[in-house]
Amino acid sequence: MARRSHVQTTINGETVEFLCEPRQSLLEVLRDELHLTGAKEGCNNGNCGACSVILDGRLVNSCLVLGVETEGKSVETIEGLAEPDKLHPIQDAFLENAALQCGICTPGFIMSAKALLDQNPNPTEHEVRYWLAGNLCRCTGYDKIVRAVLDAAAAK
Amino acid sequence: MRDFSYIAANTIPEAVALLDEKGESARILAGGTDLIVQVREARRDVDWMIDVKSIPEVNALDYNIATGLTLGAAVECYKIYADDAICNAYPGLIDATKIIGGTAIQGRAAVGGNLCNASPAADGIPPLIVLNASCVIAGPNGLRELPVEQFCTAPGQTVLEKGEMLVSLKVPAPKSNSSSFYLRFIPRNEMDIAVVGAGASVVLDDAKQTIVSARIGLAAVAPTPLFAEEASALLAGQEVSDAAIDEAAAAAQAIARPISDMRGTAEQRTHLVGVLTRRALNGAIERVREAT
Repeated sequence: MARRSHVQTTINGETVEFLCEPRQSLLEVLRDELHLTGAKEGCNNGNCGACSVILDGRLVNSCLVLGVETEGKSVETIEGLAEPDKLHPIQDAFLENAALQCGICTPGFIMSAKALLDQNPNPTEHEVRYWLAGNLCRCTGYDKIVRAVLDAAAAK
Repeated sequence: MRDFSYIAANTIPEAVALLDEKGESARILAGGTDLIVQVREARRDVDWMIDVKSIPEVNALDYNIATGLTLGAAVECYKIYADDAICNAYPGLIDATKIIGGTAIQGRAAVGGNLCNASPAADGIPPLIVLNASCVIAGPNGLRELPVEQFCTAPGQTVLEKGEMLVSLKVPAPKSNSSSFYLRFIPRNEMDIAVVGAGASVVLDDAKQTIVSARIGLAAVAPTPLFAEEASALLAGQEVSDAAIDEAAAAAQAIARPISDMRGTAEQRTHLVGVLTRRALNGAIERVREAT
């Protein structure tokens, strides 16, 4: 077995150190080593977006990043979004619009939406739909999710 | 996932030495959007992943109106389409970078990686072919350069020899009155693999009425992406017309040798080569005429 590597990274603003095997994805490190289980494993091959996190400001599928690759980088996950007594505006908008049913895809959609609104605070519906094309939802039919993201943008 | 070792190389000589030493058991890691999936699904046996993202040459993204573009092999799609000058100079390449996977894939995946993965359906390759790109390859004996249409040899196979790696792609500066276009057919709006892809570049005369030269590139209709050389040559010197474009599209169809699979039949793909070649050529011509 390849040696476990020591990795230091920043997760949701805090310095975190962990040991991982090279073959462990960032998703596996988050869930299994750091017990941050917000990011979900859906397809594990980059199609569904349930594992979406923000790495150095860019949206990525954490199943397609190795844990060892995050040395010195900054990771944002769904756990970093809400404040202790207040949800993030995107989370509020998802609740208000009933933009979730089973909830498995939701952390990925919200991180994807955050990455979009961070760089484009007023997207069109078309831009929202294309940006979110890498996130799959089998419950909602997407419309409520798109409305929620547009509402979150308008609320800012 | 299979057990493997990870090494982040800091220089080209370091990466080349590792590749030379480890041979077939080593693979370059750039964006990982193909490689990690292939290793996880046991489609590639890799004992060593050599991460090249810390090597400056592999991250180069330099555009100069006189000398053209140097595109490091690991430069992610999003960095390419975020650059206005590159968008303006090579719109056909931008068409592809915006449709390779979704947003999260474009945050990691590189055009150079798309080339090294050597999928027949790679969206990134036809635009490079039509833009006359060349591959800068480093190996134990130094650097060599190769036209991009000669890089892929079979599905998943490239000309890279033991110890060799793709460093960057060099794209010549766009000529005046030129433009490029890439499109693909997929049954969805986004996030799919090309049933057929077609790219075209054109150089028009100053009056924008006559085609000085053109290049056509095709994806998903042969074991490797194709440069439709004869179809391209037919257009040189022709006045822009439906007849000239139809003739080139028919010549492109003649070199397509598609398979039938879950994405489409050979017959449908051959039909699509005609449709998409016409659209790519007309799209490129339109862009030249729209430019002021």
